[in-house]
Amino acid sequence: MTLTASTVPAGVHTSVRSRRRRAVRAWPAYVAIAPFFILFLSFGLYPTIYSLVLSFQKWNGLGSPEWVGLDNYVRLATDDTFWLSVRNTFVIFAISTIPMMLLALAVAAMLNNAVRYSTALRIAYFVPNITSVVAMAILFGAIFGESFGLMNAFLNAVGIPDFRWLSTPLGLQLTISILITYQWTGYNAIIFLAGMQSIDSEVYEAAKVDGAGPVRTFFSITLPLLRPTLIFVLIVSTITGLQSFTEAQVLTSGPSTTNPNSGGAGQGGLTMVLYFYQQAFSHNKFGYGASIAWGIFLIVLVFVIISWRYSVKREDPTR
Amino acid sequence: MSILASPRPVTPRRVARPAPSPGNRRRRRLGLYLMLWSGAALSFFPIYWLLVIASNTTSDIYKSPPKLLPGSHLIENIGKVFDKIDFVAPLVNTLFVALAVTFLVLFFDSLAAFAFAKFDFPGRDALFTAVLVTFMLPMQLSIIPQFITMVNLGWVGSMQALIIPAAANAFGIFWLRQYIKSAVPDELMDACVLDGGGFMRQYVTVCLPLIRPGLGFLGLFTFISTWNDYLWPLTILTDPHRITLQVALAQLQAAFGQDYGMIMAGALMATVPLLVVFLFGARQFIGDIAKGAIR
Repeated sequence: MTLTASTVPAGVHTSVRSRRRRAVRAWPAYVAIAPFFILFLSFGLYPTIYSLVLSFQKWNGLGSPEWVGLDNYVRLATDDTFWLSVRNTFVIFAISTIPMMLLALAVAAMLNNAVRYSTALRIAYFVPNITSVVAMAILFGAIFGESFGLMNAFLNAVGIPDFRWLSTPLGLQLTISILITYQWTGYNAIIFLAGMQSIDSEVYEAAKVDGAGPVRTFFSITLPLLRPTLIFVLIVSTITGLQSFTEAQVLTSGPSTTNPNSGGAGQGGLTMVLYFYQQAFSHNKFGYGASIAWGIFLIVLVFVIISWRYSVKREDPTR
Repeated sequence: MSILASPRPVTPRRVARPAPSPGNRRRRRLGLYLMLWSGAALSFFPIYWLLVIASNTTSDIYKSPPKLLPGSHLIENIGKVFDKIDFVAPLVNTLFVALAVTFLVLFFDSLAAFAFAKFDFPGRDALFTAVLVTFMLPMQLSIIPQFITMVNLGWVGSMQALIIPAAANAFGIFWLRQYIKSAVPDELMDACVLDGGGFMRQYVTVCLPLIRPGLGFLGLFTFISTWNDYLWPLTILTDPHRITLQVALAQLQAAFGQDYGMIMAGALMATVPLLVVFLFGARQFIGDIAKGAIR
């Protein structure tokens, strides 16, 4: 990469030149962005288009693919297991995201008031986010284990009988949700905290003069002004939450599992992406797998658009 | 949920409207720090528990009530991991892949971001919009065809299947473009041009020195996410002798699931190096990750 031709920064040449001339002179810039686009075309766009084509085919990876039209999608619409995976995903999403957002807000509000050790505290809250999902899922499998797990030992100590965390659908969904909450609460709290700290301190001074207490200030000033950050976190949590895979895959593929990627007890841990993975790579159904991927994409897209619209509409009156 | 939530209340503590007395205030401070440090302890608890299980024998772990303190069998359990499976190769592979991806991402993303931030060329805005759109495409849409591509290239089971597709990404270009816009002044760029410098000299002598902190963040971020990556390595690394750490961990669990002491020793070895790397750059990292989100 030795580019020495003289290229000029934006703004130096303001005179009108022909588009072509500018394009030729700017060749180093095109070279600079080329690697990304070459990689994107080969490993992003091309596979995406290919997967759309595949979703109209039947193919197990051997021999030649067979064109089946809309069959895969018709089958998807009536596939009870797929819809079960959709339900599981939304249950896990709901019982992890809502408490996670509230917890993250509370942590951020507290961090916002903490002066001493604030850096150490922020680092501590961020640590769960960099731990490996696989390692944590294996550990959570032990902690929530039914006969020797720490969690049931703790529950027994306070007089609550054993809960079947890993051998019931609801138990699995709770365990997966707690794992997601563990890994993402601190991350979201740090984002919220940055949003809170970008709020002009004069607004707080004015509220203080008006005699507003900390609780009132939080609900009437901090929360409304934090709305853009809240929307950002909600959208990101939706996109990642609806496509969760590793937590469920590892938690349901322990040593006693005879059938990996099937979603564990009562298929309660079968998320949408896990079902996609199972069909595509355990059963080699490339065509049907591709149609599941597109189905997931549509569901996530619709859900994101709905939450986007809802939050933006709620935002308007204040502007 | 209540289990995780119990040490931390959901709403801030309600306090009296009039200015609190000094004693009252001190108590409130104390309460605040008590809650904050309990939450922080909760963050570290799973890592502590990993150490507890990894340093006890499996029969100790199955005792009731369970042991709550680290034992003396850590070295023994780590030894067992290396005996049962080849754990050295996954460690080396993971380190190699994470370093290679990090280096390539930093180079390609900063080059592209520099071009997008500081140069005006026909089609720039449309191309940048294209970068943002690629950001939205989820992994599972492309994973089957990508697998087929890897079969055709003969890359299945090899490390380049992990490195090459990940060598440049939209997030880094987007993030660094913002960074370069605010960190690299046009005057310095112009001065470099007057000195007869071209694109590459501007990139090396003006841009790179000024964006080192930004590269530090993106590098750490890329390293951590590559180290922890699971779905794609699980799909493409079909040879059990050539895998990454996360895949090795999953295999270890599937094969020897009952031997908790040994498995957690493996999980500990996959987690601690990353923790150390993170703690080195943590202060700046946390500031930057938040900045990216607020913009």
